Amino acid sequence: MFPESLIIDIATPVTAALENFVAQSGDGFKEASKHVLGVLLLLESALRGAPWWLVILVIAALVFALTRRFAPTVTLAAATFLLGVLGLWDAAMQTLALMIAALIVAVIVGLPLGVLLARHNRLRAFTLPVLDAMQTLPSFVYLVPALLLFGLGKVPALLATVIYALPPIIRLTDLGLRHADPDAVEAADAFGATPTQKLFWVELPLALPSILAGLNQACMMALSMVVVAAMIGARGLGEQVLLGIQRLDTGRALVAGLGIVVLAILLDRLTQATVRAVSAGSK
Amino acid sequence: MSGPPISLSGITVLYGPKPAAAWPRVQAMAREGASIAAIRTATGHVPGLLDATLDLPAGSLCVVMGLSGSGKSTLLRCINRLVTPFAGRVQVGEVDVTALDVAALRAFRRTSAAMVFQHFGLLPRRSALENVAFPLRIAGKPPAAAHDAARAVLARLGLDAVAGEPVEALSAGMKQRVGLARALVTDAPVLLMDEPFGALDPITRRAVQDELKGLQRDLRKTVVVITHDPHEALRLADFIAVVREGRVVQSGAPDALMRAPADDHVAALLAAAQT
Repeated sequence: MFPESLIIDIATPVTAALENFVAQSGDGFKEASKHVLGVLLLLESALRGAPWWLVILVIAALVFALTRRFAPTVTLAAATFLLGVLGLWDAAMQTLALMIAALIVAVIVGLPLGVLLARHNRLRAFTLPVLDAMQTLPSFVYLVPALLLFGLGKVPALLATVIYALPPIIRLTDLGLRHADPDAVEAADAFGATPTQKLFWVELPLALPSILAGLNQACMMALSMVVVAAMIGARGLGEQVLLGIQRLDTGRALVAGLGIVVLAILLDRLTQATVRAVSAGSK
Repeated sequence: MSGPPISLSGITVLYGPKPAAAWPRVQAMAREGASIAAIRTATGHVPGLLDATLDLPAGSLCVVMGLSGSGKSTLLRCINRLVTPFAGRVQVGEVDVTALDVAALRAFRRTSAAMVFQHFGLLPRRSALENVAFPLRIAGKPPAAAHDAARAVLARLGLDAVAGEPVEALSAGMKQRVGLARALVTDAPVLLMDEPFGALDPITRRAVQDELKGLQRDLRKTVVVITHDPHEALRLADFIAVVREGRVVQSGAPDALMRAPADDHVAALLAAAQT
């Protein structure tokens, strides 16, 4: 047995500090959460309110624009149609809205962070372990404080999804910038580019395939959070899985799970097609 | 308009954690003629260049020759200060490059010294035209004017046909021609070329070398070409400098070097060129 006298109690002060923090600034967070919720709801109502054929048409057009091939276009349009056939259309649109919102936030936060990391070795050495922790820490651990701060609902669900989706974007932005052709980067300097010009004209375009690969991974990470997100009030496909589990309704859980897989395939193919369209011809 | 003379005097580049602290020791060892390896072991600092002094004549095609690790690329980068020398002075025409502040240095690079790279350094997904227009665009020229100027340079090099092609679809020889066009578009009187033919096959190499010589007859820029290939040096040069162990061993007209090589190293390099 480990001696009692050596045990340091961290749990009690952490709980106390958090409760204190919530009491003092909880209202501010709830206020901020309302704005985020507004944007998220707008996206959701757009996707849910749009006629089903329009959504399929937009997805098909997007795939065709990226691949210029009919086979993937038809396959992905059919996959989207399948979501409706499975009776999951509304839930799938809710989940899709959450995914898109999470990815937008992850890119807005992750891209600049990745650029910073590529510039500063020390910041990178300090941040990479934090990113590892973000991906390995069981999500319930940070969901509890998030719940206390934001209340039950879509906003903490978004936060949980973003925390999970963020690391690959940061990592692959950093990687892409570090592996940018040194001659091209030096050429920008040699022709008198400012650091900002160098970043936007040369470094980010060279890193773009890597950044998009990060976005693809982020999609997959985000989708793995769908069920957890449902537990704290994001509805959608995750809720269907949860309902299935709670009622021991195997069929319902399976069908909803299938819906998540279809959504995953959809997002994966879309982002991969973007990667390929951007790096076309470089092989 | 002929290019300006370039003068490097007492250039030292020192890589390591505390160059200022190591400098007196490095200087003392350098005066005794110590090798770079010896200085590295003794001080923990690697001198890229050691008290290198070189005067390049105005408007000539100068070749800086040396083996790998001799410091020749570092020397080239001191001219537009991609590498900032620890000690010494670089003078391009009337401009003291070592004394320029950030803004003045940027202006100098935009207007006075263009550069060509061994592995081209082009933007792969952009068209040849956009790549050539790049130096003008970052200097603030509006797109239409920049593209017109780029089109004119491409036409001069016979590259009209590939102007719209993405660079990654071009052959190595074409890529380097685009790289050369990009360096000519700013009308900079100094052209710095870092092993520009190193990545080309022998036949293309010869063709691009001839094109450079042809262009130089009209342009009379001060061209500095880095190479480790003695054949190339003798083919191109109006003026040759030999760099070894971070120092300029000898410089002068090719036949002057042939007649009186300063040491065995120079003699061996020139002999290699004639076989």
